[in-house]
Amino acid sequence: MTTPVLEARGLVKRYGKVTALDHCDFDLRPGEILAVIGDNGAGKSTLIKALSGAVIPDGGEILLDGKPVAFTSPNDARAQGIETVYQTLAMSPALSIADNMFMGRELRMPGVMGKVFRKLDRKRMEEFSREKLAELGLMTIQNINQTVETLSGGQRQGVAVARAAAFGSRVVILDEPTAALGVKESRRVLELIQSVRSRGIPIILISHNMPHVFEVADRIHIHRLGKRLCVIDPKAHSMSDAVAYMTGAAVPEGHLEPA
Amino acid sequence: MASSDRYEDVVRTRNAEKFAEFDRGKKSVWSRFHDALHSTPALVPLIVLLAACIIFGLVLGSKFFSPFALTLILQQVQIVGVLAAAQALIILTAGIDLSVGAIAVLCSVIMGQVSFRYGVPAGLAVPIGLACGTAIGAANGWLVSRLRLPPFIVTLGMWQIVLAVNYLYSANETIRAQDIETSAPFLQFLGTKFTLGGAVFTLGVVLMLLVVLVLAYVLRSTAWGRHVYAVGDDPEAAQLAGVDRHKTLMSVYMVVGFICGLAGWVMIGRFGSVSPSATTGVIGNIQAITAVVIGGISLFGGRGSIVGAFFGALIVGVFELGLRMAGADPQWTYLLIGVLIIAAVTVDQWIRKVTA
Repeated sequence: MTTPVLEARGLVKRYGKVTALDHCDFDLRPGEILAVIGDNGAGKSTLIKALSGAVIPDGGEILLDGKPVAFTSPNDARAQGIETVYQTLAMSPALSIADNMFMGRELRMPGVMGKVFRKLDRKRMEEFSREKLAELGLMTIQNINQTVETLSGGQRQGVAVARAAAFGSRVVILDEPTAALGVKESRRVLELIQSVRSRGIPIILISHNMPHVFEVADRIHIHRLGKRLCVIDPKAHSMSDAVAYMTGAAVPEGHLEPA
Repeated sequence: MASSDRYEDVVRTRNAEKFAEFDRGKKSVWSRFHDALHSTPALVPLIVLLAACIIFGLVLGSKFFSPFALTLILQQVQIVGVLAAAQALIILTAGIDLSVGAIAVLCSVIMGQVSFRYGVPAGLAVPIGLACGTAIGAANGWLVSRLRLPPFIVTLGMWQIVLAVNYLYSANETIRAQDIETSAPFLQFLGTKFTLGGAVFTLGVVLMLLVVLVLAYVLRSTAWGRHVYAVGDDPEAAQLAGVDRHKTLMSVYMVVGFICGLAGWVMIGRFGSVSPSATTGVIGNIQAITAVVIGGISLFGGRGSIVGAFFGALIVGVFELGLRMAGADPQWTYLLIGVLIIAAVTVDQWIRKVTA
């Protein structure tokens, strides 16, 4: 079996008396779309936050390409090529698409202008942003300097996914990417997810939407009571099976982790 | 997946529709005007400023349109202009600073007292004053950013503290202009006048213009400037996107403290003397906020430009001088400025509405 890109062993996280993660395991294989589902309060948010550096686990270890890593902030994870699209999108509405794409990692002009006067290289950032959006077949761009607040929900989601895909060299994490979208806009985002995967970047998809999960996921990680209950193959199981496992109405049979 | 689960397939087959395009077709002149205001918020105060100049010019004639009168406005707004630049930075981060005027007065007092009481050369007294301003700004920033206290409360307290320290430290003694002139002329350096074709400028005016231009550049064209806007717009989003919220806020408050120190130095140049009871300590904050609001900077943060705040300060200056030249009761000035403030916020609300 190939080494997982991102792996977690025995993760523990407690908030006071509540145990959000109870010796949880996690595996993400190269080039796959792994969906993470679970009922509210099952601890999937905490798991994702631990993997993206937003939460520091109390115990257990995280391995990236087989090597242990310790993230203390989202910037650490980002530096390792793990990008997250948060449910809130984390964008500044009053700033332009290009500004948002490069927020926190702006490019400076070469030479004296950049070193001494710290001038941003607007042109290079705009070109890169336009290229990345076009690469994902996202949109015909009129104006990359348009502010994000003038975009529709689906377009904003598209920009956020493009930002993650552009900089996420190892893993892209998507938290409820279709939750706030209409049916057609969701479709577009699902296509985006597949086009990111087709470029070889593995994706972790957190979603409550079973049809979306079953449509795009290669494997489904079912989270229950703070740990991984099982990993199922969407082709071998139905949505009702998944819901039953996730809510505890049924117990998965046989081996829990298909090869 | 069971076939009954495929209820969204119907959407998939009709994929030809476009739903993620930027192209929004032709726009009316009115909505294009709206767009222009939306992307260049300093346009509104500029229009008001030009209109005010034209009206006063028509009424007062050459008396108003002389190089002397126009540069007099610049001289009269130099202190408020510098304070407004500082205030604008804070308001861009969705904060407010009530202590700017008090910090400026305390810094001028420190510059004076350090050179007169301890005999420090004026060339060193000025940097000491600026450092004190920066330190007070850092205290404000730490309270706002680390302890997450509301900026209004922090600076309301700091305003009182700084004013009190100012009176206690100076024992409410004014240092006379003649004394400064003879023993520490560098303190009055920014009062140095020079003429340019009938127009009288002071170095203080030049400094004000420099502060505005440098801040305008930094906010527009550096990563730090973008971070200031992002933190003011949505601090949580900025943090998740990789901006260090604490560092950005701290640096903003420290820069503001430093600029307030500069305003204190400008004050010595303007008045000649160092007076702990200068009115700037009490009303400087409100004057600065007025200029910023008239200048079209949103009190909700993240929108507006520093140039707008400068235009705002100029608008107030034009109204004050113009109405005084016209022989109107000074209360008319306050009344009109009050109307402008409310009008400016109304326009801001309208601009914030995104064109559909």
